[in-house]
Amino acid sequence: MAAEVLFDAPGPKTVARHRIYTIVAVVALLVLVAYAVKRLYDAGQFEYALWEPFVTPNIMRAIGEAWLDTLTMAVLAVLGALVFGLVFGIGKLSDRKPVRWVSWLVVEFFRAVPVIMLMIFSFYAIFNSMSIEDGAYWSVVLSLTVYNGAVLAEVFRAGVNAVPRGQAEAAYAIGMRKSQVMNVILLPQAVKIMIPAIISQMVVALKDTSLILIVFGVGLTKILKSLPLSFNNIVPTTIVISGLYVITNLALTYLATRAQKRFVGEKEMLQVSNVAEPVSNVA
Amino acid sequence: MDAVLESLPDVFKAFGYTVLLFLVSGVFSLIGGTILVAMRVGPISVLDKAAATYVTLVRNTPLLAVFFFFSFAAPKIGINFKWVDVHIGTFDFTSFFSTAVVSLTLYTSTFVCEALRSGVNAVPLGQAEAARAIGLPFTGVMSQVVLPQAFRASVPPVASALIALLKNTSVAAVFGVIEATAQMKVMTNNNADERWGIFIAFAIGYVVLVELVSLVAGTFERRWRIA
Amino acid sequence: MRFIRTKAMVAGLGLALSLAACGDAGSDTESVDVEVSEDASFDDGTRMKELADAGTINVGVKYDQPGLGFNETGSDMPTGFDVDIAKILVASLGIDPEDTSKVKYIETISDNREPFLQEGKVDLVLASYSITDERRQVVGQAGPYMVTGQQLLVPEDSDAAGPEDLQGKEVCSVTGSTSLDNAKAEGMKPVGFDTYSQCVDKVLDGTVEAMTTDGTILAGYAAQNEGQLKVVGDPFSEERIGVGYSKDSPEMCQWITDTLEQANEDGKWAEAFEANLGASGVETPDFPEMDACES
Repeated sequence: MAAEVLFDAPGPKTVARHRIYTIVAVVALLVLVAYAVKRLYDAGQFEYALWEPFVTPNIMRAIGEAWLDTLTMAVLAVLGALVFGLVFGIGKLSDRKPVRWVSWLVVEFFRAVPVIMLMIFSFYAIFNSMSIEDGAYWSVVLSLTVYNGAVLAEVFRAGVNAVPRGQAEAAYAIGMRKSQVMNVILLPQAVKIMIPAIISQMVVALKDTSLILIVFGVGLTKILKSLPLSFNNIVPTTIVISGLYVITNLALTYLATRAQKRFVGEKEMLQVSNVAEPVSNVA
Repeated sequence: MDAVLESLPDVFKAFGYTVLLFLVSGVFSLIGGTILVAMRVGPISVLDKAAATYVTLVRNTPLLAVFFFFSFAAPKIGINFKWVDVHIGTFDFTSFFSTAVVSLTLYTSTFVCEALRSGVNAVPLGQAEAARAIGLPFTGVMSQVVLPQAFRASVPPVASALIALLKNTSVAAVFGVIEATAQMKVMTNNNADERWGIFIAFAIGYVVLVELVSLVAGTFERRWRIA
Repeated sequence: MRFIRTKAMVAGLGLALSLAACGDAGSDTESVDVEVSEDASFDDGTRMKELADAGTINVGVKYDQPGLGFNETGSDMPTGFDVDIAKILVASLGIDPEDTSKVKYIETISDNREPFLQEGKVDLVLASYSITDERRQVVGQAGPYMVTGQQLLVPEDSDAAGPEDLQGKEVCSVTGSTSLDNAKAEGMKPVGFDTYSQCVDKVLDGTVEAMTTDGTILAGYAAQNEGQLKVVGDPFSEERIGVGYSKDSPEMCQWITDTLEQANEDGKWAEAFEANLGASGVETPDFPEMDACES
């Protein structure tokens, strides 16, 4: 809702009052930021020695590689999640009751279990014979595949349901089979609607790659864990690594918005709720 | 499953911490999200921009990094929670619990803010226009017409944010709170031959909690739905 | 200073060396010079012979414990006391321990040391690996090459002198270590963090009363934060740090024991200790008496 609708165009008195509010707010915010910066400065957190690693070539290279690891983990996970989501999303739309039930169970289970727990489990019980770095890497990919896959299953279902009913009816009317209606008519249109939601799921996956720290650091989280061991610079490291996550995510969000405009127009992005779907919807 | 059954009290206590983290951070997140959304829809553009920047920044930062800031950076500028030292029964609420609550709150507030904003956006424009037309001031428009409807519309997205919070309490495991996930990790380490059973037992615990929150959210949604 | 740093990096030793020079890093991680054995000869059919002939070996070490086994970000050669002992063993096989194309220092964590040995992913484990009866059921453990005990690291102005003063108080250690269980048994409330340096941070900012783990590790942090932190109390556990090997090759035990005895006699052991842990103001202890190998 546009703000202009909520209140009148301010008169001279209100304008003056708002100006005072604005000044107070600006001063308060500046004081807050300045205080934090000053305290960090006093604590010696801006000393060059603590920041020097970030301009040291071999460490920059290590951070770059770690960033690539993080990115590939997220990309692989989302690709895997697409397959997982497609299978179970369509499974939930199946005409066969057992298929619908199993799909519902799988999706609800992986949506409810914390990703960090999936990671602990896959690290110790599934990838425990790999080298730890590889084990951690694939634990992240697998855990994020099933979690984001469960979310995307809902996106798929919602996407297919968002295709106007007439489309499927018309397809049946010209004699298409069920699988044809799904593959030729519904999915191609649904995918278009889903692309932005899929990209924004990348943001979620990228952030969640960090959770593997509970068993072992891999990707950017590895830097977060190990760099302060050498340089005693946990605050600068946290700032830099968080910054890298934020920048990457903002780039992804920008892509999602572009994709939204291109494929769907100005309509709202497809949202999927975390609220569990009631059993009654399945039966 | 033997390992789980043998240490059932520990498991329940761990889930107790999970629930407590969820409840305390949940209440604070609702308050924080409301403040943020007030800044966003209010008339002071500086506050709008500050809130928008904050929301964008935090939403794109991993929760783990937010925890890092409050565990390691905040104490360096004098923000620590050493003064929190409450013990109720066998539950300890010390700086670790507080740090987790603050991190979870600051993170979840941004999602609650966005959820509430989507609620405000869901109120048809004509409602506010009509309210204005009958001469209500800004506060009247908001409190009598827009917010009550926005509140109803935002129940599902807010519930969604709260369920995410419930699962996110597991990040506290990395920062010294022995909640369910930390307990699961300890048990996974100590009982190599029962990893599947332990995982499934704890997973069921989380599924039950999520279903409970969903159930409550569903009830509210039905009760407040505009006929 | 800058010169030293550049040189250290070129030399592939990592940065800790130069940082120790300015006094703000952990322990001095200058590596011990070991001579590669020219005349290594082992009986046919032994694992040592196989390794010496192949000229390659995999060693499991820690990557996240400065002073014991630690790998700098951006480096491929870990440093520390455990690593130096590993180098002495590797060199005695006639393999150049500095050549990372021949010697792979594989990161191990507490949870995967036994599986890695059993599956042959590593030939030796030197990763602050305490000798216990339980572990000896599944893998071979020679040594100990170091004996240490769990103590407490507290702020300089703390009155605590031992676990008895910290009953019910929060103490920090790293997750996945036996230190947490021991602390609980002593009546303290253990809080697990990811690395020791995070724990030290928590002691420094007063969030927890103390940190607890092996005395050798604590001494390093006490020296690094002189005037702020101190180590107190008698050790309330005894950790005997040994070398892990596969049970399939029991002949390795005697070789490890003999090589370590030899390292003690020619002073390499003490040199390794001083280079990695001695800089923190710890007196170099006597070489521990090693367990006899089962023949």
